[in-house]
Amino acid sequence: MDVLVCLKRVPLAGSTFLLTPDSRDINTEFLGFGISPHEENAVEAGVQLVEQMGGTLTLLTLGPTEAEEQLRSQLAIGATRGILLETDGEDWDPQATAAALVDAINAEETKFDLILFGAESADSAGYQIHIRVAHALSRPIVTNVKTMKIENGIAQCERAVGSVRELYETTLPAVITVRDGLNIPRYPSVPGRIQARKKPIDHKKPESHVPKLEKVSLSVAPSNSTGAQILGNGVDAVPALVDVLRTIGVLA
Amino acid sequence: MILVLIDHDRGELDALSLRALTAARKLSDEVHAVVIGSAGAGLSTIVGEYGASVLHVAHHDGLTDYTPAASGRALVQLVSTLKPEAVLAAGTPRGNEQLAHLATILDLPMAAECSEITLGNPHTVVRARWAANLMEQALVHSELLIATVLAFAVEAEPSPVSSVVQDFDAVLEPIDLLVRILGRGGEAAKSGASLADAKVIVSGGRGVGGPEAFSLLEELASLLDGAVGCSRVVTSSGWRPHAEQVGQTGTKVAPDLYIAAGISGAMQHIAGCKNSKTIVVINTDPEAPILAYADYAIIGDLHKVLPALTEAIKATKG
Repeated sequence: MDVLVCLKRVPLAGSTFLLTPDSRDINTEFLGFGISPHEENAVEAGVQLVEQMGGTLTLLTLGPTEAEEQLRSQLAIGATRGILLETDGEDWDPQATAAALVDAINAEETKFDLILFGAESADSAGYQIHIRVAHALSRPIVTNVKTMKIENGIAQCERAVGSVRELYETTLPAVITVRDGLNIPRYPSVPGRIQARKKPIDHKKPESHVPKLEKVSLSVAPSNSTGAQILGNGVDAVPALVDVLRTIGVLA
Repeated sequence: MILVLIDHDRGELDALSLRALTAARKLSDEVHAVVIGSAGAGLSTIVGEYGASVLHVAHHDGLTDYTPAASGRALVQLVSTLKPEAVLAAGTPRGNEQLAHLATILDLPMAAECSEITLGNPHTVVRARWAANLMEQALVHSELLIATVLAFAVEAEPSPVSSVVQDFDAVLEPIDLLVRILGRGGEAAKSGASLADAKVIVSGGRGVGGPEAFSLLEELASLLDGAVGCSRVVTSSGWRPHAEQVGQTGTKVAPDLYIAAGISGAMQHIAGCKNSKTIVVINTDPEAPILAYADYAIIGDLHKVLPALTEAIKATKG
């Protein structure tokens, strides 16, 4: 079983955001970097599948040179090798990103049985790269998967969106996007980290494209609230809360 | 003309689609709606009330449940005959996904989760990033605009017109139906009201401490004809079903009253509840991040405050 997991290097942002002076990006001067949360589940799923069934786990990312850090840290979990599609650090729009990923996948000798993505990226949230990749490779796709069972070339996936859970089945090769709750991502072991330093990473320079979805600038979303009014401490504050519920019409 | 995808689950309307209809009416006087699957035909009256003069219904034996690839294919077919200026849908996981298939087949850009849309050449949009903590001003270089409308960014406003139904047979490719549904359901919400429709939500986080104490939240919710919600850690710990999870990765809600008990307020949770009209926090930690988004707070132990609140409300109801 040959598995490919697509990753994205993203800043580990807290709850407040500082922007660069030109307002085009987040100011990452004081931030660390990681991968999008659901992608950790995708890597874990890939490692488990290769442990059970043999084969290889390849990691693919498009990003700046520094994205090698994210590939190394996930290689330490148990992936076989990495492919880094190096950019100049600018955002690539979804169509350009998907096209670069597809070119890289098609250039591989390995025909991946399963291509995994996280359900959404933490930063740009475009909700489309996985779909564009699936179409370009003429593969079926199941998204937002929370449980996954793979047997005899068939994937059974439970999709959880809102209040509905649906069980889907598809044949491999396929593209599947997974979300948190699928598994518990492991921490890298010390031997894992040491081995990861020697694992191969291919560096490629994809052809850049003119963006069709073109970012102009970012702004911090206004908060609806200016901070909570403290009604008091403990049960003594309950009468004040009952008054609030009357004022907003929840209580008559 | 603007075409709006009206999402439904076996004929049951996704109410956020009506907000997309209102967003469409702000762009054009002529709005058409489309439903995928025969079960959606019953929605013609409601889409007419919200301004769609035509409801296109895509029919195919394979379109009984959620089949996003097939939706994309049927939309391509309709777009090629109707030639709309834009195709919109609600910015939900399903809305985003179905329009992404449309955009992919047509090899056009798609702008997901837009709070503002201005048609032009190029089109300009404001779209959500980072769980709607950051807004991106962007240009869309494409004649046909394909975009989804950020949940709760637009209020649904009635604008009644007489609506006619136009049926068409979807012509699908084998790959569109390669993903088969085997079953559904399994884990429904425990409380009566559904999260998406509830006017009051009593939501619990790690601070609740375990599944048993959720009875305190259930009692208060039922007293207020509301629903119980929870944070991600609660569903990950198996205390409550996934259907009750509020957040970027769960359900996005906008009730009149959201009570957050024992929830610190991770970014992805805030993204799911910040459109609530009033947010009340009950938390032992006066520094919890959620206080920055809340309207009122009681600093205290929810295990004491919730029962006292329940008793006080019972007293007012006599």
